[in-house]
This record gives sequence, structure tokens and C-alpha cells, in this order.
Amino acid sequence: MINKIVRTMAEALDGIKDGSTVLIGGFGSVGQPDALIEALIETGVKNLTIALNNAGSGHVGVAKLMEVGSVRKIICSFPRSSDPVVFETLYREGKLELEITPQGTLAERIRAAAAGIPAFFTATGAGTLLARGKESRVIDGREYILETALKADVALVEAWQADRWGNLVYRGSGANFNPTMAAAATLTVAQVQNIVELGDLHPHMVGTPGVYVNRVIQVDRGEPWTKPEEA
Amino acid sequence: MTPFTRDQMASRAADDIPEGWCVNLGIGIPTLVANHVPATREVVFQSENGVVGMGPAPAKGTEDVWNINAGKQLITLVKGASFVGHADSFAMIRGGHIDLCVLGGFEVAENGDLANWATGENDTAPAVGGAMDLAAGAKRLWVIMDHTTKDGRPKLLEKCVYPLTGLKCVTRIYTNLATIDVVDGKGFVVRDMAPGLTFDELQAKTAAKLHQAH
Repeated sequence: MINKIVRTMAEALDGIKDGSTVLIGGFGSVGQPDALIEALIETGVKNLTIALNNAGSGHVGVAKLMEVGSVRKIICSFPRSSDPVVFETLYREGKLELEITPQGTLAERIRAAAAGIPAFFTATGAGTLLARGKESRVIDGREYILETALKADVALVEAWQADRWGNLVYRGSGANFNPTMAAAATLTVAQVQNIVELGDLHPHMVGTPGVYVNRVIQVDRGEPWTKPEEA
Repeated sequence: MTPFTRDQMASRAADDIPEGWCVNLGIGIPTLVANHVPATREVVFQSENGVVGMGPAPAKGTEDVWNINAGKQLITLVKGASFVGHADSFAMIRGGHIDLCVLGGFEVAENGDLANWATGENDTAPAVGGAMDLAAGAKRLWVIMDHTTKDGRPKLLEKCVYPLTGLKCVTRIYTNLATIDVVDGKGFVVRDMAPGLTFDELQAKTAAKLHQAH
């Protein structure tokens, strides 16, 4: 019998090593695996490379993960989300390496890794500062730059429902990076609000087939709350 | 002379969006554009975090905290809306399926180059978000921004000074003083101006040659 459901955070995060590359789902707090991030902080793991859209807010979650010194490098598109105080301090002090990646390029680099594609050409960023050091090529009269796949050791994702096979159903705009990240890591751990019986998820509703998911842990997370960006 | 307000700039852009377009709106004034498209004109608003078919902001008491836009504001969905993940959302953007993107801007050059993500080579931690993907992938890119900086320097230039977001991508600019098309091989062409403003006054606030539309 396939059963990916685990009961403790120790089981959920077992085997995550220093120096790992970790994908973290979510956009704002919607679809963000808060409890897994908190548990990752507790493990005391070091020298992580993390990839996600933002660089954390305040002193909780991803910001706290960086503040306790677990993160060597962050790959993200928008480090200036609301209240990025920890990121800005560490970055200014030279304690955190930053790789800025356009949001769509970030998603596509992860998708490419998931699909076994090592690199791809894109027009995004061609001719800009972010093209520096990247191979470029003119195809059908337009310039493209080469971006490499972003494969990870670990993906931490959040979903609304799961069954014991690890099939995931997302809620509202909570899919965002989660389905792509879930498919791009050696170890994918899903934090879900509800566990349902095998067969209860309609096949059309499944956003991430369980084949991508290694472990599922149920967490009563409640509702997300995200502070709007300052325009 | 009375400059256009933020809402007037957004309203003028909204008037030019035809029924049936799929439109992505950036953070700031561009977000206001949706408020000025009448419900009787069906326009599909896409948000890069995977929402296709955004409606207006929710009324108090009806918020669904699972539904946010790219600016992380709470949104509603219209009938016919759908959700996708980030990879599909940006495939939609890069694959040329977005008819129009409206963004804010720091600078626009007369060849359509846009700078709107970093204010210098030494910017400590620039935040690009989805702007480069949208600049490269949308069929049309309109910019809504003030005509000059707060201290009066032109933002419409022969060549951008700040780092570029995209090359030759902007097709129209709505400023607080005018609506200006970016025409390939010609440059800035003035469509109309704020009431009481003369063409020469507008030219004096612009650091590239302006052309009359008629």
C-alpha cells in the first residue's frame, strides 16, 4: 500500500542536508508552507540555497530562516516585498548571496528541471543587465538568452487537500509556484490542510499527481493573510 | 493647465481597451485601470500569480483570502475565471497570449525601451518581479506614469539612463500631461494633451523630439 502521509515534522523533513537547494512554494502567504518552513528552521540546517518568489517579510517564516543563518543564497524575483528587513540587512552585510531572476524565468527554470530540460532560450531579459554572462542567440530575427534549469534537492509546498498517494488539490490562487516546484525536486514534502480518502479527489481537480510527492503532512494552517505591496 | 489625475490617467487607458482583450495590469496606477472598464465590456484581466478573469476588489465582508493578485491585494473572480500555476501563467505571458500589459515606468525611450525595475547599476537589491517577462511577452505594452520626475526631470528620453526592463517594447504612454504613441522608426507621437497645455510646453518637459499626430 502506498502511504505518503507522515505524522511528525521530524519525519516530514528527515534527510535534508546542509548545502541543499530548497524550493519554497507560495506567493505572498497564499500557498506558502509556513509550518514546514518553521520546522526547517528548527532542524538547524545550514548553507541552504533557497528559491522562491519573495525574500520574506518581518522576522517570521523565510525571513526567520535567513535570520537564523540557515541560508547562504537566495534565488528570487522580488526581494523587496513588504517589510524585507532581514533580507536587506543580511544582503547589505554581505552575508547572503542574491540571484535575481525574472518571475517567469524562475517558474520556467523550475518547470524545465521538472521536465528534464537542462536549459532553454527566452526573450525575457535579453539585452538587459540580467543577460550578463548568459549565452545569447538570435532566432528568427529576435534575440534570446539561455537560462538553465533549476533543479532542487527539496521542494516544500502547500495544498488544500491530499490523499495517501500524495495527490494534491490547490485552493484559490494558492497553486502559484507549488505544482511546478513539487515536480522539480528529489524530495517533495507537502503541507496540506485536509487529508481525504483515496478516491475522494476528482481526477480533474488534482493539481499535482502524487507521483511527484514524497511526503504529506496535515497542518491546520487556517487562512492566509498577505500584506499588499506598496505601489 | 490641469494635469490628469491618477484616476484620469487610468480611465484614459481603460477607454482604449476593446472588448475581448486579455490584459495584465502592473502594480500601482495600472491596477486602477480595471476600475474604469465598464462591466458591460468584457475584458479578461490576468494576474501573473495564476488568475485569469479577475474582477474588482471585494466588498467588505465578502473577501476570499485565497484569491489575491500580483500586488497581493484581495480580488474577486468574474464568471468564466480560471486558475493556473506560475509556469502556465508565464507561458501564457511569454507565449504572446496577453493582448496588453500596462505597467508603471521610470523612463521610456523614443525607440520603446522601458526602464522600470532598477534605479542604477549599483542598485543594492533590485526587484524585477514579472516586469521583464511581461515586457518581452505581451503583444502590446502601455506605460502609465507621470511625465516628469517629482523634481521635474523628463521621463520620456532619447535613451534610457536606468537599467532596461525590455528593449523596444513600449507602444503607448499615458502620462499626467499627454497620451503618446511610440511609433517604430519615428519616435514619440502625441495623440492628445491635458486641457490648456500647448505642444511647446509639452516638448519642454520631454527630453526627446515629439511629433504631432496630425
